[in-house]
Amino acid sequence: MIYKIISKKEFSAFVDALVKSNSSFGPQQVDTNSKGNAVYQFKPVHSVGDIAFDYTATNSSIKHFFLPFREELSRFKFHRDDWKQQINYEAEPIVLIGLRPCDISALNILDDVLLNGHFPSPYYLAKRKNTFIIGIDHLPLPDCFCKSMNHHVVTTGFNLFCSDIGDDYYLSINSSKAFNFLKAFETRDPNEEDNCLLTERRKLIQNSFQTDIDVTGLPSILDIEFDSPVWEKWGNKCLNCGTCAMVCPSCYCYSLTEKFDLDLKGASREKRLYSCNLVDFAVVAGGHNFRPKNGDRLKYRYYHQHRGFAENGNQQICVGCNRCGRACLSGINPKDVINDLRMEKESCLTCVSSSPDKR
Amino acid sequence: MPDMRFVIPRQEINREDFTSSVPDFNHRSKLMNTDQCFKCRVTNMVQLTELEKLFQLRIVDPVERAIFRFKPGQFLMLELPGYGDVPISISSSSTNHEFLELCIRKAGHVTSALFDIEKGAHVALRGPFGSSFPMDEMAGHNVLLIAGGLGIAPLRAPLFWINEHRDHFLDVNLLYGAKEPSQLLFTWQFEEWEKISHIRLHTIVEQSDAEWRGKTGMITDLFNNIAIDVQKTYAIVCGPPIMFKFVCGYLDKLGIPMNRMFVSLERRMHCGMGKCCRCMVGSTFTCIDGPVFDYWSVMNLKEAI
Repeated sequence: MIYKIISKKEFSAFVDALVKSNSSFGPQQVDTNSKGNAVYQFKPVHSVGDIAFDYTATNSSIKHFFLPFREELSRFKFHRDDWKQQINYEAEPIVLIGLRPCDISALNILDDVLLNGHFPSPYYLAKRKNTFIIGIDHLPLPDCFCKSMNHHVVTTGFNLFCSDIGDDYYLSINSSKAFNFLKAFETRDPNEEDNCLLTERRKLIQNSFQTDIDVTGLPSILDIEFDSPVWEKWGNKCLNCGTCAMVCPSCYCYSLTEKFDLDLKGASREKRLYSCNLVDFAVVAGGHNFRPKNGDRLKYRYYHQHRGFAENGNQQICVGCNRCGRACLSGINPKDVINDLRMEKESCLTCVSSSPDKR
Repeated sequence: MPDMRFVIPRQEINREDFTSSVPDFNHRSKLMNTDQCFKCRVTNMVQLTELEKLFQLRIVDPVERAIFRFKPGQFLMLELPGYGDVPISISSSSTNHEFLELCIRKAGHVTSALFDIEKGAHVALRGPFGSSFPMDEMAGHNVLLIAGGLGIAPLRAPLFWINEHRDHFLDVNLLYGAKEPSQLLFTWQFEEWEKISHIRLHTIVEQSDAEWRGKTGMITDLFNNIAIDVQKTYAIVCGPPIMFKFVCGYLDKLGIPMNRMFVSLERRMHCGMGKCCRCMVGSTFTCIDGPVFDYWSVMNLKEAI
């Protein structure tokens, strides 16, 4: 990694040049919500003026650039009683500007899941390789808990990362592509003062977190509390709408559907993002549902998010952006669910009173 | 004298220890062709019962046919272009490189469409996926195969394997239960299994009809007829989830170690590659770590059965 300092004015010129010559996406205000707060989304941008650099957090995550809601995996062309299969992996280069560290961490987790293992996904890889990512650090929202998940800093997975140090940006350059682009602009090497400012900035961010979730030993607690009444309690609130999975930056479950073209000359196999909270997620042929209750499905989502599955080395895939908590229509958020689960475990008086650190 | 019940047996390594960790042994993923299908022609169809049909498939491309390999217990994704794909376990011999046989029950959208196709139609398949029955590990032991209903379909592949390598195994018992006599599948092979490959076959039905001369009852009733040497027996169990509980519970009580009982779980896979998470059991995937699990893993996995 190479570190450089660039003035904010020069940085704008750099971003402008990049935006004008590539298909680019950045945060924009699209609406205000009922409380009067701005609603941001990643939208196509055409000049640096379109980008809201000081945005808080987007409602929907950037995973949809890599895992679209609907994606055609293969196409069949029919010819009499025979057919031919066509597969297209290609992706066009895009630039994503203004990603938060948690968003980039989520991409790293998706890399882990989708590019490792026995069957790496070429569809994802093509999109990932053709994306130029500029990350920017930010002060957390009151309900962000990425520090608890240790995803408030990021060291890989981006091309360029900017930290705001007053009049300048402190750049972490992670790719030769970014380095080459920056050659045309005025940058300088960081001096002692810049390093101090960066440390200060990082400390400020670290100390600004208001929400903290204790996740130590959470995987084993999830295992032990598999039949806990907490799941039924929160499950009864759940509406099975699947919103949490749609806005989550690291949820990747999907379903495959196939349909004929209208002219019946072809058919396409399509991948659609799915949610484990939807009722028919675990239905098998014949109609048996392996997870018939709301609580079962909600538990399963927390299991995936905070325990992790064998496919990615039992790593937690939650990054702590709390998009699911903000988007949930019935007010279920990870902080309350996890605290409830932990309380359930620790409210057992005999265990707590005999533990060595309590007198 | 050491108490034999507590002596830890020495374990030998075999080639399965190395190959079973590579589910994709047609190397499709290495060629970035995970979604590339094998094109197959339906060469024959046999109506087994009202709801079940046996499909015989032949891979069209001779080169692909020559390299296509699978192991007993694995499944593949059968795709009817335009309708969708379904996970189906392979029920033909793994040494038969010319034809594949799949026993399919008419249960949903895709399988209903499959029942309407004619001989000579082209279907697509991806795979094979998943883990397999450790036939090498079982060699030199008694084998107890227990099938309930359609569970005989995935068991037919290890049965073929046993037939072809009969001298590797000691006593082989097949316990097969169905709802009604008319729902017993592969009845034409019963005689071959019994007389040629010396597999002791025990069948039972829940509801008998006028012509049924065999036993009536639940599959667990068959255990009274056979002697099980717990030290030397491997068990393969396949059937509806409720059957696992009773059968494996009984065998466990009898003293067969949990890691010598194998079950094949059923889930609705969508991708077969451990990406879509639809077939998740506990924290593992049925499509990559399964569908064949030993009973110890199944007991450890949450909500498996």
